[in-house]
Amino acid sequence: METAYLIETVIKIVVVLLVFSALAGIGTYFERKILAFMQRRLGPMNVGPYGLLQVAADGVKLFTKEDIIPTNVVAPIFKIAPVITAATAFMAAAAIPFLPSFTIFGYEVHPIVADINIGILYILGIMGVGLYGPLLGGMASANKFALISAARGAAVFISYEVVTGLSILAPIMMVGSLSLIDFNEYQAGGITEWIIWTQPVAFILFWIAAFAETGRTPFHLIANDHEIIDGFGTEYSGMRWGLFFIGEYANMFFISFVIPLLFLGGYGDGSLLGALGLLAKMAFFFFFFLWTRAAWPDVRPDQLMWLCWKVLMPIAVLNILITAIVLM
Amino acid sequence: MKNEQFNNRDISNEYFKVDIEDYPTDPWGKFTRVVKRTFRGELFVGLWVVMREMIKFDTHTISYPMEKMPIGPRYRAVHEMKRLWESDTERCIGCGLCEKICISNCIRMDTKIDEHSRKEVSEYTINLGRCIFCGYCAEVCPELAITHGGEYENASEQREHFIDYAGMLTPLDKMKAGTQKEFEGFGAITPHEDERVKKTPLAY
Repeated sequence: METAYLIETVIKIVVVLLVFSALAGIGTYFERKILAFMQRRLGPMNVGPYGLLQVAADGVKLFTKEDIIPTNVVAPIFKIAPVITAATAFMAAAAIPFLPSFTIFGYEVHPIVADINIGILYILGIMGVGLYGPLLGGMASANKFALISAARGAAVFISYEVVTGLSILAPIMMVGSLSLIDFNEYQAGGITEWIIWTQPVAFILFWIAAFAETGRTPFHLIANDHEIIDGFGTEYSGMRWGLFFIGEYANMFFISFVIPLLFLGGYGDGSLLGALGLLAKMAFFFFFFLWTRAAWPDVRPDQLMWLCWKVLMPIAVLNILITAIVLM
Repeated sequence: MKNEQFNNRDISNEYFKVDIEDYPTDPWGKFTRVVKRTFRGELFVGLWVVMREMIKFDTHTISYPMEKMPIGPRYRAVHEMKRLWESDTERCIGCGLCEKICISNCIRMDTKIDEHSRKEVSEYTINLGRCIFCGYCAEVCPELAITHGGEYENASEQREHFIDYAGMLTPLDKMKAGTQKEFEGFGAITPHEDERVKKTPLAY
């Protein structure tokens, strides 16, 4: 392995880590502001101009808070659970091309940490591993609400992961590759070549499953505040809880990158306009996560499982069948 | 307005039943209901409603310490003692009616005869720990001397900060500036009272 490649990769990893840790913080600011505007409030206003420094204030609070390990918890698992959530969220980012490749100081940079040939499979797998955070944290917490949350997490995970995998299978059959860069090249010809026009059903299914994947509002039942307090986060405080939070928001950002890369043309032909287009699409999908939180009610766990197993999965299987017949 | 419309409790002709479909029992019925609900687009109505409110940007927040709601003139907060407009002296004549009417026994006053042989208030305290802010004292006061103010921020280090007579009196500089506010609550003079005053009939 070349030294230059090693250095480049390390720099990329550090940049992705720093940028998305900061974005996760700013994401909470956006969420609070947008939810507030939709509910005719002002949101954070007092710390800094328009409350912009609220993120910093929250960060200082989380970092300096006492690290409480309650009695009766399984301490090692309790401690490692938030790390799993945050780490897997960032690990999934390794196979995502955030921008088209560009040249800086005569050196060509590919803004993807590792263009592995199983890209989308790797991303979905690592995001699936991320579920072990809530699951282990909830089971180790010695708290009834956390235990309910862990059980719900497992049930929900099995349900939506089937839909995610099956819905993405049809586009994969069309592209013939698992790499997100190949996906992008497939759709590089412009807006008419986007996979969403040929696979609208897969797009809708994957989008719905993304809400379950990130645990956002229509499927927010793993940590439903009004039913089971904060679920797996009930016993957590300080930075351990903060890691869960960073993981959740980083996950939202990454899935908001993945959806446009898979279905909406990604960064297109690789021009500056295409790169801005990808960022705009990402911003829309992130905004939609916040939008639905303001507008929609939550579903019950049994409703989610009914939806996944009895509705979405048959549709996904039919979609694969039809795609296969058409491709033949 | 007559009372009949309120006394009439027969509302049978105004009630109507909401049209609720029967719960489907067979699988086909359940399936069609799911399909109907799926494609009715109710979720998008919700999305549109919150988006509309965001675009209108008609927030209802009042950033409280910096801005305050206008408070009604009849609001009954911490008491104030008014001065006479003509002479800037206290209106209180020490009649003791407020002490007598106070239902929570929180007003105590003491009077003496001053050098002009007039009754003068020497001590006047209101125990705000007991006061229920009923407004009887302001209502009964014949001189409109004790009234309720609009100051509702009652946090202080000591209760005594609110109850001394000097603190309740309108400050003299405010009096000089002519900015003393009359109490418009119950017991106060109604507007245009002057026009309605009749001459005392003396021709007996």
